[in-house]
Amino acid sequence: MNTAEKDLAQIKALMERSTRFISLSGLSGVFAGLYALIGASLAYYWVYYPNSPFGYRQVYINNTVVLQKLLITAAVIFILSIATGLYFTWRKNRRTRGKLWNYASKRFLAGLALPLATGGVFIFALVLRDNLLMVASTSLIFYGLALVNAAQYTLGDIKYLGICEIVLGLVSAFIPGYGLIFWALGFGVLHIVYGVVMYLKYDG
Amino acid sequence: MAKLHKAFENTLRLQIMSVLIANPQYDFNAFKDVLEVTDGNLASHLRNLEKNNFIEVIKSFKGRKPLTQYRASPKGKAAFEEHLRALEKIIKMQQ
Repeated sequence: MNTAEKDLAQIKALMERSTRFISLSGLSGVFAGLYALIGASLAYYWVYYPNSPFGYRQVYINNTVVLQKLLITAAVIFILSIATGLYFTWRKNRRTRGKLWNYASKRFLAGLALPLATGGVFIFALVLRDNLLMVASTSLIFYGLALVNAAQYTLGDIKYLGICEIVLGLVSAFIPGYGLIFWALGFGVLHIVYGVVMYLKYDG
Repeated sequence: MAKLHKAFENTLRLQIMSVLIANPQYDFNAFKDVLEVTDGNLASHLRNLEKNNFIEVIKSFKGRKPLTQYRASPKGKAAFEEHLRALEKIIKMQQ
């Protein structure tokens, strides 16, 4: 390779390496966590009430209406979290005048997409086959893998959130009766903690 | 006719400019991380680019810590693009 080619290759590599998707606001995490906690409380009332959610038990969601309610709640939480994330990202971006749809944000979303889509289809199969016991741990594990995978394109801290989600998911797999608790911890509490830390560290 | 720019003969200056083309702005410590250079070396080349009016310096505070950020100027962007075109032309001629 001659000097000119080497220069061009170096420029290209550096442009890719130097870009990070830094517009993700910590507030998105806080709100996503709040939605998840509200959703988990609703789920508790539909499934467990009046029993304590801490009592170990096999899940018996044999009621189709309850199952539908849970799935719709999960979908609403998912959509609300994404919409809130987009809003705060857009707002933060306007302030720092960065381009929202840049190389880094594309790579970040691409990094999330494959593990999330795989997990989504797998959970769909679990629900169809009535294997509801493993849904909570499966969703935590695949979400964690997606975060770790996408972490290289954004601020590195998200990797630790991903690892925590994976660990929670794995622990939850061994005691599936506590699925809702683990789900609330992973998608609710962890998101809020992560969001507050990120907000104080980067947005404040 | 596109020609190679003197300011970009130095590899580090070319690298700094590449980062500033790909990012709306970049701060000193981030440069140090991504380019793996010493403070003094980085500072002197940043100053050179600033003197050429290729980059703009934005000084602000993050909390109580001073934060120095750099941004490519329109003149710097144009010079960089011309330099790239010249590099491409050299490669084409050699083939």
